[in-house]
Amino acid sequence: MAQVDVQASKSLAALATALALTAGPARAGAPPSAAPPPKKAPLVQVQATTPPFSDGIFPCSTCHDGTQKVKTERRKLDFHDDQQDVLAHGAERWCLDCHDAQNRDLLRSASGQPIPFTESYRLCGQCHGDKYRDWRVGVHGKRVGMWNGEKTYFLCVNCHNPHTPRWKGVKDEVVEGKRIVSPTLELLQPEPRPRRPEEMRK
Amino acid sequence: MTGILQFLKNCARQVTTGGRAYFLWLAALACAIAVGVTGYANQAQHGLIVTNIRDQVSWAFYIGNFTFLVGVAAAAVLLVIPAYVYHWGPIKEVVLLGELLAISALAMCLLFIMADMGRPDRLLHMTPIIGSPNWPRSLLTWDALVLNVYLVLNLTVVGYILYESYNRREPNKKILFPLVILSIPVSISTHTVTAFLYNGMAARPYWNASILAPRFIASAFCSGPAVMLILFQVLRKTAGIPIKDEAIRKVAELMAYAMFFNLFLLGAELFKEFYSATEHLQYTKYYWFGIGSHTALVKYAWGSLAASVAAFVIFVVPRFRENWTLLNLGCLLIWAGVYIEKGLGLVIPGFTPDTLGEIYEYQPTLTEWSIAIGVFGVGFLILTVLVKISVPILTGTFKAQEAASASH
Amino acid sequence: MTTQIEAPSLPVPSEPPERPLQAGEDEARHDEGRRTFMKLAAASGVMAGLSGCSVSLDEFLQKHFKELKGEELKKVLARLEAKQKARWGQSVRIGTEAAQEGVEFGYGLDISRCVGCRRCVYACVQENNQSRESPQIHWIRVLEMDKAHGVDLAHAEVYYDPATVPQPGKFYFPVQCQQCRNPPCVKACPTQATWKEKDGIVVIDYDWCIGCRCCMSACPYGARHFTFAEPTLPAGELNPDQHYLGNRPRPKGVVEKCTFCIQRARNGRYTACVEVCPVGARKFGNLLDPESEIRKVMETKRVFIFKEELATHPQFYYFYAS
Repeated sequence: MAQVDVQASKSLAALATALALTAGPARAGAPPSAAPPPKKAPLVQVQATTPPFSDGIFPCSTCHDGTQKVKTERRKLDFHDDQQDVLAHGAERWCLDCHDAQNRDLLRSASGQPIPFTESYRLCGQCHGDKYRDWRVGVHGKRVGMWNGEKTYFLCVNCHNPHTPRWKGVKDEVVEGKRIVSPTLELLQPEPRPRRPEEMRK
Repeated sequence: MTGILQFLKNCARQVTTGGRAYFLWLAALACAIAVGVTGYANQAQHGLIVTNIRDQVSWAFYIGNFTFLVGVAAAAVLLVIPAYVYHWGPIKEVVLLGELLAISALAMCLLFIMADMGRPDRLLHMTPIIGSPNWPRSLLTWDALVLNVYLVLNLTVVGYILYESYNRREPNKKILFPLVILSIPVSISTHTVTAFLYNGMAARPYWNASILAPRFIASAFCSGPAVMLILFQVLRKTAGIPIKDEAIRKVAELMAYAMFFNLFLLGAELFKEFYSATEHLQYTKYYWFGIGSHTALVKYAWGSLAASVAAFVIFVVPRFRENWTLLNLGCLLIWAGVYIEKGLGLVIPGFTPDTLGEIYEYQPTLTEWSIAIGVFGVGFLILTVLVKISVPILTGTFKAQEAASASH
Repeated sequence: MTTQIEAPSLPVPSEPPERPLQAGEDEARHDEGRRTFMKLAAASGVMAGLSGCSVSLDEFLQKHFKELKGEELKKVLARLEAKQKARWGQSVRIGTEAAQEGVEFGYGLDISRCVGCRRCVYACVQENNQSRESPQIHWIRVLEMDKAHGVDLAHAEVYYDPATVPQPGKFYFPVQCQQCRNPPCVKACPTQATWKEKDGIVVIDYDWCIGCRCCMSACPYGARHFTFAEPTLPAGELNPDQHYLGNRPRPKGVVEKCTFCIQRARNGRYTACVEVCPVGARKFGNLLDPESEIRKVMETKRVFIFKEELATHPQFYYFYAS
């Protein structure tokens, strides 16, 4: 597979996601290009954030360039053991259930359909239909921005590590001007407790 | 006009004349007031954080005192009813002294409210026309209205009686009688409205009980006259106002019946809380038994009940109330018992636990005590000054000169 | 049987009482008394003055917000902005955006998601310029309760302080102003310093409030907080985007509370607590918009009202998403 520049892939991802989303129920927000200007701004415009890849891990085809033989039997891997060791995503699951064996830059649906990483919610939504349905309308998961305008929603994987999706904690960082939200494997530490009334004196 | 000015000048002279005991008493009051001013200066500078009032217990010592004193003000004038029913001779004197107590108590109420407000400089926001009172929905506007009407009524009656007596004229019964009769429903309404202020708060189940208003009236009626009884005894000795023993004992007897009613209502309240045992029991339980390790008020609850019952026994048994020592002890006990019941026993358990179940145990700070002492100092000073002027007028020793009375 | 008490005429006392001083007699005692009187009068004057000594004439005469219009309103805002500039060295903007037409705010809180991290509490403190110390004011209070006992306030804990959240067997229940449709605080306020706006936000005019705290007694949710002292707000932490009825720093002696970040909401933005929540437990929007998240919540989730029996009809809804 061709090597894809990370930067370009991200903008491509953004574009692809925007297009993909406009095809879904968020269609209400997409203005028709040739129509006269709308009387008021569309109520919902949503934008995706980027998948929280580990540093340097994407594109996978950097290593999985097709030169090695693809072994599909379930086994313990030497590389990617950081993910396989914590793998806790239902019973009987292993990597190639979700990762496409032939093209590691893609995910695969249960029927073998390729799914780009920027649309990983389609993969999650196959089994977690109720969450997917809630997430599409903003009931599940976080949104930031304008309640009556442009919002940014987050991918499932921004908060749930797909390998061990039970929610523990989230890291919200700004790296090189971009906001990265990624799941952690540790529970959150709470902010300090409030002062008791007797602890507040002049 | 010159007549009134001369009257006031003579009053001032009256107030500044007296024996050693009188000036010692004034000095003590001045000390109390000085303590209050110091405390208030601290509070005005730093804010209410110098108190132990917090979000969880947002009304405390000041409002507890206010509530008790509104009861005293209301009850003082209720002596009017028995005075007429039992044909007490010096009815005018009894009514007047009751109203003097009411005026002093109302002054103290006003001062406690000012002390409790976060922004007393904005008091005018509550007045009609220049402010925006939330009338009729807010009970506090009703309270302000009724208390001010009551104060004006009392000042009018007192001023009229004193000025006419000073000028050797008999006050016109046609003017006086309706005003005095009017003061009875007005005084009951002041305390009822204050009760409704608490009663209307659905957020505070401890107060949101229909029995609260009757309890207020009963506890006011049984405690307010206690000061009057002591005052009557003092004035009998020092100024010769002829109040018969029977009158004093009758008042004590009536206070006993009021206390019985008060205790009955308390019993009814306790039955409902402990028998139904819903979550609303928390507040009553906190007051009488504490919750877990939070037991700060328990001793006051039982102490107050003991004092009230003891006072009841003293006043209801004729042999006991005829004993002057016991009678006066009874007055102190009933005052203490109801003071705790209306202050600590009403305000604090209403907030403990708070709306989110938190328990914050409140105790007044030194500043709060200082200001309370100062306010009581001012109140007793006003009472002293008024009595010092009134009694000589009533007994005939303080009158206008012949020339002055002929000038109007 | 009534007790007949003898009714003598006005008495002749058996011993002569002290007669009032006649003019010219013993002036020294006179003056002593007058001096005492004057001292007392001065003391009470001081007392009255002390309470208002730091209030300027403009502040004293300032009208209720609803009566401030045009030039007068501009002058008030300019004065308030200048005061903040002097105190914190920062230029601020105090807006007065009105409620938008066709908007009724709704708030949803998913208690199957809240983990009790309290980031909402501190985001609110930051956004709304709350006092940090003495007093420490939090508009949001998070209660930790047992899953086994449900919403049981008698055993709730607001001062929980574990190393990590959520603790096993516990759930978390944040409480803030519910913006009731039948607000007991608005009913109780004696000066109309607090009222409900068209978009549902219950607001306070901090310059009209007299600090009597009737509203705090009346609020069933403990949502209203009192500024017991001048706020402690370090320079550099002031949020300069303000609304007169919202997050401008409050003076001491008044009541404040959550205003659904009125400075944000009326400009179309999510509130600070909604944006910071890491689990997306908070939902905010226009109840009248069928596409809003909050409407979807109302239509598809099990929603309940806190202390519903008090018929306050809040615009704040708790729900379980799963």
